[in-house]
Amino acid sequence: MAEAMARFGKKQLVVAARLSSGRCERLGFKRVISLRSEGQRGKCENLNTPTNISAYNSLKPPSFKLDKGQRQKDHVLKKPRNISAYYNLKSPSYKFDALEPYMSKRTLEVHWGEHHRGYVESLNKYLAKDDILYGYTLDELIRVTYNNGNPLPEFNVAAQVWNHDFFWESMQPGGGNSPILGLLQQIEKDFGSFSNFKEEFIETALTLFGSGWVWLVLKRNEKRLAIATTTNAVTPLAWDDIPLLSLDMWEHAYYLDYKNDKARYANVFMDHLVSWNSALARMARAQAFVNLGEPKIPVA
Amino acid sequence: MALRALPNVKTLGRLYRQQIRGLQTFTLPDLAYDYGALEPAISGEIMQLHHQKHHQTYITNYNKALEQLDDAIAKGDASTAVKLQSAIKFNGGGHVNHSIFWKNLAPAHEGGGEPPHGSLGWAIDQHFGSMEKLIAKMNAEGAAVQGSGWVWLAVDKELKRLVVETTANQDPLVTKGASLVPLVGIDVWEHAYYLQYKNVRPDYLKNIWKVINWKYASGVYEKECP
Repeated sequence: MAEAMARFGKKQLVVAARLSSGRCERLGFKRVISLRSEGQRGKCENLNTPTNISAYNSLKPPSFKLDKGQRQKDHVLKKPRNISAYYNLKSPSYKFDALEPYMSKRTLEVHWGEHHRGYVESLNKYLAKDDILYGYTLDELIRVTYNNGNPLPEFNVAAQVWNHDFFWESMQPGGGNSPILGLLQQIEKDFGSFSNFKEEFIETALTLFGSGWVWLVLKRNEKRLAIATTTNAVTPLAWDDIPLLSLDMWEHAYYLDYKNDKARYANVFMDHLVSWNSALARMARAQAFVNLGEPKIPVA
Repeated sequence: MALRALPNVKTLGRLYRQQIRGLQTFTLPDLAYDYGALEPAISGEIMQLHHQKHHQTYITNYNKALEQLDDAIAKGDASTAVKLQSAIKFNGGGHVNHSIFWKNLAPAHEGGGEPPHGSLGWAIDQHFGSMEKLIAKMNAEGAAVQGSGWVWLAVDKELKRLVVETTANQDPLVTKGASLVPLVGIDVWEHAYYLQYKNVRPDYLKNIWKVINWKYASGVYEKECP
């Protein structure tokens, strides 16, 4: 028994020694580290009888008392008193005037600075209640608050934060043209041709009633691309499809530039704003989760 | 002057053919006031776009949907007839709602913003406590509408009481209750306020009360609850 513990103990000591002391505190190996590093070896020269049995039990919470020679590490030792924000407002990767003349600087200032920022602040206010919803990633939060079609009040703001992040990434200065490589092949396979897809996408955007979004999604179960529409804040994440592109058809997205001319907005998006690079990157990532077609096994 | 949406009887060409079949088409009703008469609560630019572009689009699409529905019914094509229902609800609802909306507004010098006297004013005080409380309630509900929709003050003609309701997109008020008659409707679609108020919908709701035409609302109320 003692020998088993000794063997176990030795391994723990070795493992603990390799870890940095900061991590050790969190993992509860503090006691073990202190044995080796502080010249207390005299106490446990005989590894057969460990001085503190609870060192092997990593359920022991890290002690906030400092050992000799340790500098105070505020971020580890002091519990934060006032958590003030959980999600931050990510800015688009291009300057606000980079999308001129297709999307004006003013639109981006208001859309990002006021709408998107407002959503982030509302979300943080909801999460400050520090209840069961605290601790999820944004994707998970959306799925949880969607509640299978019966959305909780946090859903709208959480989903809109995600949707707008996704939308800024779906656009780029000098966008438009057509996709390349595998994405183009997949579009041609699922829609016939790129121009068919473009027509269908714009048509869908124009026949959307009310506020919503138009998406190019990769459907997990059917293993193909499709165009989806959602109302208000809903996103294809909620039913586990993988979105590749989005177009914001809420009126605030285009009203300042195009007033009520949705058709021109949708066409301009497709011709000059859409970022096929980001769609391609998302598609590549999505292929880690969805098997499209047969694997290409090289012959000899 | 303000016209109700009369079907256009004297027509030629395509519309004449439709008259043969008995199909009505709808036209854009005129406003009783100039586009700029509601400043500064609602800008003239918004009024012009709202009336000439948005409302007109609803009417055009409504007429188109009705024509298609007529064709489908004549051919006995049930699935097309059912598929057109959402377009009819959306565009027809848009036409109905906006027609009421133009009558709900009046410039300040023509009585816009003046609280109702008579039975409607008394009913408001009874049901909601005071005009301010009603306005606060409608503003709160209007601001809370997700996406696009309307907020209404309506009278339930069966129960003879006032209610505050919201509808989504262009759903007409009857979708919330068959016996509801709209008295005052406020459009909280973004196109109704964006150019002037950007995303600050609460400011729009606070200011629009200065141009609400309570005379029309009182007239409707007195007709339903004499």
